[in-house]
Amino acid sequence: MIRLENVCKNFGDLQVLKNVNLEVKEGEKLVIIGPSGSGKSTTVRCMNFLEEPTSGQVYIDGQKLTHANKTKIIRESISMVFQQFNLYPHMTVLKNLTIAPMKLHHKSKKEAEDLAYHYLDVVGLRDKAHVYPTTLSGGQQQRIAIARALCAQTKIILFDEPTSALDPETIQEVLDVMIKLAKENITMVVVTHEMGFARQVADRIVFMADGQIIEEGTPDHFFDNPSNERVKQFLGKIIR
Amino acid sequence: MKISTLFYTIKQGFVNIFRNKWYSLASIATISACLFLFGLFYCIVANFQNILKTAEEGVSVTVFFHSDMDNCESHIDGQIPSEQRLEEIGQEIAKRAEVSEVQFQSADDAWATFGPDYFGEDYAEGFPENPLAGEDTYEIFLSDVSMQDALVTWLQSIPEVRKVNYSEMTANTLSGLNLLIAYVSMGIIVILLAVSIFLISNTVAIGISVRSAEINIMKYIGATDFFVRAPFVLEGMLIGLIGAAVPLGLIYSLYNYALNYVINRFMVLSGFLNFLSVDEIFHFLIPVSLGVGVGIGFLGSIATVRKHLHV
Repeated sequence: MIRLENVCKNFGDLQVLKNVNLEVKEGEKLVIIGPSGSGKSTTVRCMNFLEEPTSGQVYIDGQKLTHANKTKIIRESISMVFQQFNLYPHMTVLKNLTIAPMKLHHKSKKEAEDLAYHYLDVVGLRDKAHVYPTTLSGGQQQRIAIARALCAQTKIILFDEPTSALDPETIQEVLDVMIKLAKENITMVVVTHEMGFARQVADRIVFMADGQIIEEGTPDHFFDNPSNERVKQFLGKIIR
Repeated sequence: MKISTLFYTIKQGFVNIFRNKWYSLASIATISACLFLFGLFYCIVANFQNILKTAEEGVSVTVFFHSDMDNCESHIDGQIPSEQRLEEIGQEIAKRAEVSEVQFQSADDAWATFGPDYFGEDYAEGFPENPLAGEDTYEIFLSDVSMQDALVTWLQSIPEVRKVNYSEMTANTLSGLNLLIAYVSMGIIVILLAVSIFLISNTVAIGISVRSAEINIMKYIGATDFFVRAPFVLEGMLIGLIGAAVPLGLIYSLYNYALNYVINRFMVLSGFLNFLSVDEIFHFLIPVSLGVGVGIGFLGSIATVRKHLHV
């Protein structure tokens, strides 16, 4: 479904990704973890060409992404949830959810609103349809952002540290929604530091450090029997 | 572009102006202030140059020809032109680029004007013969007074020409003054335009930069660069258009008022000060002001949005 082949990404002289090779299968829940600056977010952003790789290729459903075809392919296949919620502050929740389906996917207002209410039910915020995002808590705003990603009805959703900007009390409500989604046949790629979530939801875990994938495997292998010393150090610090 | 995208762009362009009304007002005020100063300065310079041009058009060169009445020395050096030759010389003068008008004055016409003026009606009639007999002349008016020297040199090289009357000082003063004003006004206009372009493009850039998050979100949810950029570009152009139209309206009213005031209040000036009409001023000012306003709004918004398109 998603394939990264020898992807390198440079920002000036700094090489952030070094020959990353990764494949994500349809319906798979892939969790990417690693220390800050290891290239996790850049890897995810390369999957939807928010960052164009300096070299290497990205394939979505077998189609190679290029500058020319990226908008069409990505719009049809991938949506994304960000650390910052990126909701329009001057639009109501409903408007935030319907604008992309109406303007980009050419749905009628009725279709877009039906879709929005459906996914507001999924994230448990139907009653907030007519309020503005700034009146909601961080957790609620992130759940709206997830609902917006779902409204795009894509097969793949990328999550770039969706709980990092939230206070501890609201993290769980977002994770609960994501756990609920994980039961659906949606391909999820999640960058996170939530180890409990990773263990519970992931089909496979990838560990990145210094712009490279240095370990990958099932949650059991990763948490109970990691082979790489760097992974052991990381887990030792993060799980006490 | 799809029709729905076109309508979306137009609607969003207008909506953005009202939604960011303080930024829109600040931008319009900046553009208006810059273009008002530019327009005002242009009105003053254009009128000054027009007055100078009118003065230049009054500068004339008079050409005298050899005749039977000349003294012996003249006869030896020059040739007496026939009537046909005089006509040919007149046509050659009229063909020259720096000449705007050529008037032939026969000796009889000259005496008819000069005699009564100089001697009075009664005395002039007392002359048995025309004292100016043989003094046919051409009076030449110039379109470019700085070319007077070249014209005079050419006229003096014609064998039939006896004498060329001209005022070197008047021509040099007017042409020098004209050149000075042209350079100074060009310099000031360029500086004013450069300042306007800098201020306007910065205002547009700041206004768009504060909404970089908005641009980012559009990109995040899958909008194309064109879809993101188009409403901002339209907004920039509309702000530029309004910002240019306001000072044009203001200058139109002010100029009309000032023109009427000066003409009515200082009627004595109207004899030699020839002011440009409001139509003549706006023939230049409208396209330039609108071009600067709309053009900078267009280019400024394109450049600024481009900076924020990479998310």
